[in-house]
Amino acid sequence: MTADIGNSAGVIINDLNLSFGETRVLKGVNLSIEAGEFFAFLGPSGSGKSTLLRAIAGFGPRPTGQILIDGEDIADQPPWKRNVGMVFQSYALWPHMTVHRNVAFGLEERGVPAPEIKRRVDAALDMVGLIDLAERRPSQLSGGQQQRIALARTVVVEPKVLLLDEPLSNLDANLRVQMRREIRDLQKELKLTTIFVTHDQEEANTTSDRMAVLDDGVIQQVGAPVELYDKPCNLFVANFLGTANVLQGTMSAGKDGSCVFQSENGVAINLGTQPHNEGAMVFRPQNVRISKTGTNCKAGNVQFQGTVGHMEFHGNIVRYGVDVSGHLILIDETHQRGSTLFDIGASVDLQVKQGQIMVVPGH
Amino acid sequence: MKASTLTAFSSVERGPAIAGLMIAFFLLLFLIVPVGQVIFVAFQDPNTGSFTLINFADFFGNSLFVESFFNSFYVASMSVIVASIIAMPLAYFTTRFNFSGALLIQTLGIIPLIMPPFVGAVAMQLLFGANGSINLLLEEHLGFTIPFMEGLNGVILVESVHYFPFILINLSAALNNIDRAMEESAQNLGAHGTRLFRRIVFPLAMPGYVAGAALVFIKVFDDLGTPLLLNINNMLAPQAYLRISSIGIADPMGYVISVILVGFSLLSLWISLLALKDKDYATVQKGGGGLMRRDLRTWEKVGCYGVVILILLLVLSPHIGLTLLSFGTVWSFAVIPDGFTFDHYTTVFDTASQYITNTLLYAGIAALLDVILATSIAYIVWRTKLVGRKWLDYGATAALAVPGVVLGIGYLRTYHSFDVPIINEPLASWWVIIVIAMTIRRLPYALRACIAAIQQVSVMLEEAAENLGATKGRTVWRIVVPLMSGGILAGFVTSFATASVELSATIMLVAKDSDAPLAFGIYEFMQSTSGRGPGAALGIIAVLFVGVGTYFSHVIIERSKKLREAKAIVAEGGTT
Repeated sequence: MTADIGNSAGVIINDLNLSFGETRVLKGVNLSIEAGEFFAFLGPSGSGKSTLLRAIAGFGPRPTGQILIDGEDIADQPPWKRNVGMVFQSYALWPHMTVHRNVAFGLEERGVPAPEIKRRVDAALDMVGLIDLAERRPSQLSGGQQQRIALARTVVVEPKVLLLDEPLSNLDANLRVQMRREIRDLQKELKLTTIFVTHDQEEANTTSDRMAVLDDGVIQQVGAPVELYDKPCNLFVANFLGTANVLQGTMSAGKDGSCVFQSENGVAINLGTQPHNEGAMVFRPQNVRISKTGTNCKAGNVQFQGTVGHMEFHGNIVRYGVDVSGHLILIDETHQRGSTLFDIGASVDLQVKQGQIMVVPGH
Repeated sequence: MKASTLTAFSSVERGPAIAGLMIAFFLLLFLIVPVGQVIFVAFQDPNTGSFTLINFADFFGNSLFVESFFNSFYVASMSVIVASIIAMPLAYFTTRFNFSGALLIQTLGIIPLIMPPFVGAVAMQLLFGANGSINLLLEEHLGFTIPFMEGLNGVILVESVHYFPFILINLSAALNNIDRAMEESAQNLGAHGTRLFRRIVFPLAMPGYVAGAALVFIKVFDDLGTPLLLNINNMLAPQAYLRISSIGIADPMGYVISVILVGFSLLSLWISLLALKDKDYATVQKGGGGLMRRDLRTWEKVGCYGVVILILLLVLSPHIGLTLLSFGTVWSFAVIPDGFTFDHYTTVFDTASQYITNTLLYAGIAALLDVILATSIAYIVWRTKLVGRKWLDYGATAALAVPGVVLGIGYLRTYHSFDVPIINEPLASWWVIIVIAMTIRRLPYALRACIAAIQQVSVMLEEAAENLGATKGRTVWRIVVPLMSGGILAGFVTSFATASVELSATIMLVAKDSDAPLAFGIYEFMQSTSGRGPGAALGIIAVLFVGVGTYFSHVIIERSKKLREAKAIVAEGGTT
């Protein structure tokens, strides 16, 4: 197998709409994916991410709008003419064929001469490390092996784009971590444009160059994982990408021209002189420092007083839930051996750097 | 400590162990010994009693038997082909298209099964025979006739129309169970149209088809009633019956034929099991959901409905013919009977009501015994650790491979000289043996229903009862049986309905007319031209028995399915 597929293509989606009967599942999706990029569709179930992937492959109801691959609109082409390879969630290996025949299938359909089929199938099986299992039936393989065969079967036809529909969801936790690395390495080796559907933000964060967060058939935000985590465009993205403390309230101007956030329960928070729009105040649990009452507030920090309501020991971190005037604030503190934990009911001070606080639109 | 553990174990398992032994004894007496006896006699020299293959040599040296063997094989194979031709388009329409006639097709899959093939045979003769309605019309309008019912053709037509649902049901289930991703992944890799069908869809549906086809083959191969009613004697099952009933139970040929019938039954069952083995893999998984369906164009819709209606007419023809015959005065050389009357029904109720009461009694007892045995076997197999418990299941299911005529011969041979105490009559000619034959023959069906039911009952529900102080016995009575009641009831109804039209074993075992059940009565009436009217009236009564039974069994199964779904929703709600 050549290291560089060479025909990897970019994908552009213009104003894509799709309905199942009366239900609108995709609502005006616009997206541009670069050639050779590893791109993730991330969202909860029912967000439309799998439907979008299947629309690119040509499955499901005919959408309106454009799907351009390499500049060519493929929205009207049947699935078998698109040359986009898809790995199915269930792998969909045909049980009546051996591993070798499964992998050879797409090349046979393309009328590739037999000696070349043999060479390319062997190369693909070698690439996924399963050349020895070529004569087995799919039912004789483990979940991880089936996954690799499904990948080999798809990339052997040298598709322009590789689509992965929740490919790790049927594997156990350890294998999942291993497989996502393997998929990522394979993608880098082949420089193949890859779209990966998942509902697991950790999977999306660890594998993708960029990702799109979907909710209710609408793309909420597109960007690199770090960018989305640090600068979510709305409350949904902020919450979906990780645990967040969210305070609802209103913004007003302070005496010194600073921005003051007034929470629903009356907690006033000075956000400094940087201008902020209206919205919810969001900060992550690991950005909060917890200490005994009476700690001095450092410059540039925001401080609250509260009472420890609950404590969970996770091993690497200790998560506290602190009641601040009726708001529950979560704090993640890295755990050191021998460190003293705060008791439930203890009065504590919480400090967050102003720079770690985000104000995002949404309720 | 060890001793007390042992005592506790044995006291818990004692009840099921006793029940298991009793069932094993019953199966031994009325299935294994009689069938073993048949096989034994087939390999026994009639004069010396030593082991021999001479009987088989005699069989294959006799041209009538060889002809019968090939005829049976030919009829069974052709019936599979004709049944496939009927079933395949129907299965294809419902699974590939959004076809509004799907309900019609489902109905088509049930209608034939509610009429035993031998009941419809005479009616089919009147519609499709050389002087039947269709050929009279063809002759009059088009000047030619078609030998639908000529010789073996008649048996093939009647059997195909009756048994095609086995292929339809199995093939549709196989097609419906294929994970859509199987088809989509092939499209994704460039396959479509007929290539996609040939390379992916058809091979994946093959096991279902083979399973259905094997069932049809064996049912036709074993059937006694249809060829007898159509007066076709040069086939295996009729030959076995005729040898035993005319020459007597000492003649070895009946036994040789029985061994051949059992051998083919086992072969077919084995093929169907082999076909279905390890094939779950392609079935619908997470994210899947059946094959892709598309809407029909107008002309396609017309074509589909045309085919479906044609098949519907064919499938309904025995019912139509039988109804006409039961109300007709004289029906000969005419498209329809000359006039209509209720006389045949009056005759039946005046002179033949004992057939009906006998049937109610026999089938009722048989069905009751079946569900008791089946529930006990299901419990022992799924809920106890008794040694050899699986063999109860295998033993009871083995009855599937035993044709009725073989079981009948086995009973005659084994019990003709065993006098029942008090009544001083041989067991083989006592009416109870008919009930036992029905029980053994229908047990596999009741057992499948009860096993399906017990698999739906969570062990935790039983553990909860035991935790609150109920003994094993009380738990079975208060928790397991009520929760299985839907399956048990469905098993009862199915056993009752099918036992009430059982002919091939009972025809061998009826010693006197006053003991005969409905199926035998129909056979007796149909022997003479004047008896055809009352015979048809009895046939209609039999169809009503089976039809009403099937309907109730369907209602019960649907209701318990809904109940289960409701329970599942509650359970799901409880965990979130």
